[in-house]
Amino acid sequence: MMHRKVVLRVVSKFLIPPILLFALYVQFHGDFGPGGGFQAGVIFGAGFILYAILFGVETVKKVLPPWATRLLLVVGVLTYGLTGVAGLLLGGNYLDYNVLAHDPLHGQHYGILIVELGVGITVAASMITIFNVFAGHRGRG
Amino acid sequence: MLIMGAIALAIARIRDLFAVSMLSGIFSLTGAAIYVVLDAVDVAFTEAAVGAGISTVLMLGTLALTTRQEKLGAGKAKSTAAFLVVTLTGAVLVYGTFDMPRYGDKIAPIHHHVAPRYLGKSAEEVGMPNVVTSVLASYRSFDTLGEVFVIFTAATGVLAIMGRAARRRREDEEADENNSPAKENAS
Repeated sequence: MMHRKVVLRVVSKFLIPPILLFALYVQFHGDFGPGGGFQAGVIFGAGFILYAILFGVETVKKVLPPWATRLLLVVGVLTYGLTGVAGLLLGGNYLDYNVLAHDPLHGQHYGILIVELGVGITVAASMITIFNVFAGHRGRG
Repeated sequence: MLIMGAIALAIARIRDLFAVSMLSGIFSLTGAAIYVVLDAVDVAFTEAAVGAGISTVLMLGTLALTTRQEKLGAGKAKSTAAFLVVTLTGAVLVYGTFDMPRYGDKIAPIHHHVAPRYLGKSAEEVGMPNVVTSVLASYRSFDTLGEVFVIFTAATGVLAIMGRAARRRREDEEADENNSPAKENAS
């Protein structure tokens, strides 16, 4: 752990909240500007990974225990998949968003928002999981 | 592009893997800059976040698990053969690009299949200002679903291969009473 690097610790403490906020911005503004669930998930995961690099994987695991990331991993995929099933139940095709609301355009909007959220959750959870497993592993060195 | 070539050469020559992973991050960042020049902001965004950010971190994590120096195992004949194979493949790929339409060509097939419908009808059919998002999440939602499954599978695979070892080690540590020097090692 890097207990001595005061500058790095303080600066990253300042940076991590904007990183997470920017990830959420990218997530929900993806309909209007560049970005979307995938990029947002990566940025969100990067915030946690930065924290893990500086303060150790164990500290991150206190905030976000392994069972939580594993659960989020599944929740993200299911969010995507079940949105498609919801379209089926409401009388459309699989992943047909037009039937999700009365107005097809609104349906598309909701569908894309939910699906992107699923993508973001999965990507963020898998990035954090992969990093935690890699970094938590004790190497030969 | 020249910078990218120079970086690629440096990556092939340098034996210190720490420098190599840093250089590959810079390579991705230069690639992202090229995507911006080509007006593909979404791709550039992804390249910068994934290629320059996450993969570099993952490579560093792998280096922490393995070793920093590249081993020169194979003999001269083997590396010459590898060099020949790489050159041949590269030549074939470059030959393949000769048949591609010029950049920005109006009559290129890619501009005549589904792209006009996406660009023209996206506003009335999906209503998203960002056409990239509407293509990714609505027109091509099955592809994106597949992508999500790929990422999910990657994380599950890593967990299946390395997660078990980590758990076993933790049990060992819990059985061990004096494990303080081991923790300093891990950082």
